[in-house]
Amino acid sequence: MPWFKKDRAIKVTSKKAKVPEGLWVKCDGCKEIIYKKEVEKNLKVCPKCNYHFRISSRERIALLSDNNTFEEMDAKLSSKDPLGFKSVTSYRDKLKESMANTGLNEAVISGKAEIDGIPVILVVMDFFFMGGSMGSVVGEKITRAAEMAVVESLPLIIVCSSGGARMQEGILSLMQMAKTSAAIGRLKDAGMPYISILSDPTFGGVTASFAMLGDIIIAEPKSLVGFAGQRVIEQTIKQQLPNDFQRAEFLLGHGMIDMIVDRKHMKETLTRLLRLLQ
Amino acid sequence: MHYYLDFEQPVAELERRIEDLRRLSDGRDINLTAEIKRLEKKAKELRTEIFSSLTPWQKTLLARHPERPYTEDYIHFLFTDFLEMHGDRRFSDDPAVVAGIGRFEDAPVVVIGHQKGRGTKERIIRNFGQPHPEGYRKALRVMKFAEHFRMPIITFIDTPGAFPGIGAEERGQGEAIATNLLEMSKLKTPIIVVVIGEGGSGGALALGVGDRVFMLEHSVYSVIAPEGCAAILWKKNDREVGPDDYAKAADALKLTAADLRKFGVIDGIIEEPLGGAHRDPKVAADAIAVIIRESLQELIKTPIPNLLDERYARLRAVGSFTERMD
Repeated sequence: MPWFKKDRAIKVTSKKAKVPEGLWVKCDGCKEIIYKKEVEKNLKVCPKCNYHFRISSRERIALLSDNNTFEEMDAKLSSKDPLGFKSVTSYRDKLKESMANTGLNEAVISGKAEIDGIPVILVVMDFFFMGGSMGSVVGEKITRAAEMAVVESLPLIIVCSSGGARMQEGILSLMQMAKTSAAIGRLKDAGMPYISILSDPTFGGVTASFAMLGDIIIAEPKSLVGFAGQRVIEQTIKQQLPNDFQRAEFLLGHGMIDMIVDRKHMKETLTRLLRLLQ
Repeated sequence: MHYYLDFEQPVAELERRIEDLRRLSDGRDINLTAEIKRLEKKAKELRTEIFSSLTPWQKTLLARHPERPYTEDYIHFLFTDFLEMHGDRRFSDDPAVVAGIGRFEDAPVVVIGHQKGRGTKERIIRNFGQPHPEGYRKALRVMKFAEHFRMPIITFIDTPGAFPGIGAEERGQGEAIATNLLEMSKLKTPIIVVVIGEGGSGGALALGVGDRVFMLEHSVYSVIAPEGCAAILWKKNDREVGPDDYAKAADALKLTAADLRKFGVIDGIIEEPLGGAHRDPKVAADAIAVIIRESLQELIKTPIPNLLDERYARLRAVGSFTERMD
């Protein structure tokens, strides 16, 4: 009997690059291990492969708006549990957990802001809050933002990032697609510009409503954007999907978006667009 | 021979016996009328009992029943002079969506609906009622036609969902649905929506924005199919999901006509003949006709600006949230 038994399981996992918490991060794009500070200095973009890491709504707002110009609107809206949705954990618990983890009330923040001195209505979704899913509150906040843009004659900018409609609010989530699209319709009738920015990932009911309705649609490099999820498509058609399938570059190639813009050029691009549209 | 769902088996048993007795008495002297009558009464009672307490999952199965009347069946019963229109003028013609003009009690109307197809061959042609972007674009083109010629629009919803495929994504499934939602919200003509079977998520809603929305009694309408919901909630590496999970998910999703009525998403529920619309499609169609007639009478009288304001208000009002006032 040997003193130590070789544990095969440990050997296998040790092959994978283990990233120590805090100092280093692994890039989801090129799988390289990068010094975290370097990524953060680079606006959370991989310096090796230009992969754009997902960022929080607060970070996005800081990135796009002029310092201290963002005034949040409709911050006091919060979700109820209209279906009494039960699974392993209840919807209410899930909401509480998301609030605690993100410090946010919901999966979207909206407000007035200035971009290089130009006043706009800025709406930013947050994937870290229940996958950025759209329930009644998200739908309502986006609708109010579009209506506010009409009232104040301001351009509307929405940064999308969402897994789609929120299952836990059932049909009410689905109906937010129609509600937000109708509000965008009114904005268009009023002649105010709407710029939609697609970030990784944007899917389902968000893609199939306000995300794809921008007068200008911009995507961050390599963002995954689509209607149906890749697993669902694979299971349905039983085929392997093309390599760049549903990436921003794929969408650009198929005529679905206007441009792909690096994070570091996003604000400058918005400024130029807003000036042209003024 | 009818197709019976699992929960209908007790009735199926009785109906087979009635059938046997009929055959037995046919052309012979034995008179089994009394016995047949007795069994028929019993079958009816049993059916009433079963159908008055269907679970959401049983309703889902009924909404997908292979004999359930589809859009084309209702077109046959409800409209005269129907002429189908084809193609989105951009890419193709999608057989999963049927669109055209016809008359509803003499008045010209535009009719649009998902079409599932009956029998394997037609099912494949119709792609099981799952449209591609060109289906939604055809629908929109025909809706614009209706607006242009001032005809009301009647849509029938019956789809598992928009098709999840490579071509569909390449051609902008999301954009096609989104555009329909936006455009339908401001189309200058009355729109009446009837969910006749499966209301499968965004792919259903893309034909479902209207001034009046109704559901057949045993139809369902949901943000996600119970199977998909169950997979997200409970499917783990070591655990497959099955019918019991689908039933639980169907309960949780609140997808029946009664649920949607309670949420204020639909205006009314259209009663189906006992045992479901497929048991007597004509009766189901007649019930739909009543609703269309009433709705058209109201909507045609409404000036277009008011109609659009009301349509917007109706979309605007859906949702459930709290707002702190401090």
